[in-house]
Amino acid sequence: MIDVWWLLILKVVGIFAFLVLVTLFTIWFERRVVGRMQHRPGPNRVGPFGLLQSLADGLKLAFKEDILPRGVDRWVFVLAPVISTTAAFTGFAVIPFGPEVSIFGEQTSLQLAEVPVGVLVVLAASAMGVYGVVLAGWSSGSTYPLLGGMRSAAQMISYEIGMGLSIVAVFMAASTLSTREIVAAQADGTPYQLLGMDVQLPSWYVLLLFPSFLIFMISIVGETNRAPFDLAEAESELVGGFHTEYSSLKFALFFLAEYVAMVVMSGLAVTMFLGGWHAPWPLSLWGEANTGWWPFLWFTLKVMGFLFMFVWLRGTLPRLRYDQFMHLGWKVLVPASLVWIIAISGIRSAARDEGDRALWLTVLGLVFIAALLGYLWPRRRPVPPATADSGAGGFPVPPLDLVVPPNPRAKRLAATRAGTGPASGSGEGADDEKEV
Amino acid sequence: MILAQTVAAAGPALDAAPALAAAGDVSVGEQVVFWILAPVALGGAIGMVAARNAVHSALFLVTTMFALAVFYVLQAGPFIGMVQIIVYTGAIMMLFLFVLMLVGREASDSLIETLRGQRMAAIGLGIGFALLVASALTRGLGAVSAQGLEEANRGGNVEGIAAVLFTRYIFAFEVTSALLITAAVGAMVLAHVERPKGMKVSQKERSRARFAEGSYPGMKAGPGVFATSDSVATPALLPDGGESDRSISRVVPARGLTSAEAAPKHTER
Repeated sequence: MIDVWWLLILKVVGIFAFLVLVTLFTIWFERRVVGRMQHRPGPNRVGPFGLLQSLADGLKLAFKEDILPRGVDRWVFVLAPVISTTAAFTGFAVIPFGPEVSIFGEQTSLQLAEVPVGVLVVLAASAMGVYGVVLAGWSSGSTYPLLGGMRSAAQMISYEIGMGLSIVAVFMAASTLSTREIVAAQADGTPYQLLGMDVQLPSWYVLLLFPSFLIFMISIVGETNRAPFDLAEAESELVGGFHTEYSSLKFALFFLAEYVAMVVMSGLAVTMFLGGWHAPWPLSLWGEANTGWWPFLWFTLKVMGFLFMFVWLRGTLPRLRYDQFMHLGWKVLVPASLVWIIAISGIRSAARDEGDRALWLTVLGLVFIAALLGYLWPRRRPVPPATADSGAGGFPVPPLDLVVPPNPRAKRLAATRAGTGPASGSGEGADDEKEV
Repeated sequence: MILAQTVAAAGPALDAAPALAAAGDVSVGEQVVFWILAPVALGGAIGMVAARNAVHSALFLVTTMFALAVFYVLQAGPFIGMVQIIVYTGAIMMLFLFVLMLVGREASDSLIETLRGQRMAAIGLGIGFALLVASALTRGLGAVSAQGLEEANRGGNVEGIAAVLFTRYIFAFEVTSALLITAAVGAMVLAHVERPKGMKVSQKERSRARFAEGSYPGMKAGPGVFATSDSVATPALLPDGGESDRSISRVVPARGLTSAEAAPKHTER
């Protein structure tokens, strides 16, 4: 079902306005909350409670001088913030805000585009967003931005893997990749037979697939470049990281992209794990909670909850060191996701009523994995302590107390010198010279 | 937004049978998207070859890949289109960029021909080859209408791919993954350096040493602090007026500076 053209345009404009407004709100919200966490008031001058502070800052930013440093690669320098912002906005197109409503007499669902591979669209958009950061770092033509860009490239690739693996469990549970159908799959709890009893499993995947949710949450913080994973900008190490050389509106675009990406990722998390626009439990008892425009409110509130968590993390945790960050991504999140996916598929195939075959296969597989682990588990061998022979600072240099063995030809050489040896040709003489 | 709108225009996909693009007939929307994106894809490909800078080349290639991904979506293959963006443009080209950034910004191709007339010959051959392939494909496939798309996408595009990949082509799939893993593990083995234990000081050990008895954990004063000169050889002055040895780099005395050189230098007034 394709909407009429004016409805599509209305939705596009609506999503844009929603994202920009939420961004303005979030900047104020973040500063206030972090201020409260640090025992200070935060912005409270412009407008009621300082609400218009981010608007004032945005206006000020727009009127700043736009500096194009001399060493930059012009095209890429201008293109980078545009890529970042566009990619950030695109992801929201597939997030469903609510059920079917009527807008000016047209029945339509509160979602711009329903795609059979909806979640992948968001992932693709976030993958393209990385280009903005990396290209900004490269095109600036100075050291700190380049370091920030390279960090960001490695970081995003690593955390995208963890993120992709963490949502596989959701795909398996909902048996679809479409955002709308994932939301629909979380509408009601699934009845499940456990030890002969009928158990109503909770409907939201955050309870059903909690490990996935945890890994996803950690990954999206890494993916959106937020503290404690904001190594690409790391102001205490890299000045401003990738956006050091940016000013005025171009910098504002990066700022906007970061916050929009946060909102989009929060929206994706809500869609996949928190039941999307469905009302939370006590409210869902009210019959009309899931109809009309109400779900839009629930969705926004849930997104706000996620945004608060982003702010909370930023206010609480110090920035990770780069190697610790990579260690967490590759050696903790990815293996944990893989084990969890295997476990989920095992449970699912065991739960399917196919007699005992699936159960036996699962048990057999577990035994096999245990045996393999036992065989391959690295044993702790005593490592000999570093001796003088292992070099200095990792460089293969001879030890200081090296005893040079006597030259086996020393006797002959001495004889040659004395002139009693065999008549020596010029070539041999040169050879001897070298060896002395 | 273009992508999303394309997807919206190309894929109704709301009901159980997502007839993305009916086989054979080409809708107006599809034509519009094709004629917009085909020049983009072609321009990206030409730009990739023509660009002097390696990063610009990579960017042009990304443009082409992105356009191709939209074409896949348009041709009723949304899954392959998205995977193209996520895997190829998102991960593989990003690795390329990573390596190019290590190479440095100033590295551009040299345009000196080692074989005389090589460039013209290459351009001519390239155009000839493109014409040959295009004409052959047009003659071979121009009159053929697509068959079986409806059936292949009956249960949904993703489900169709999954069914084929995990039943009929499972062996090829697994062998390919084993090949890739072998390559990755091989690269890791080659790059791995075994370090003897005790050569790397951990953060914990550093921290212990810093706060150990007899060690002052605070910041060292920089040379020249409270002194009348900002030379690195000038020690900082302590509150009692004495000189702080800790403020001078240990390299300075080791370089054999004379006492006159290392003595506090007064700025000219």
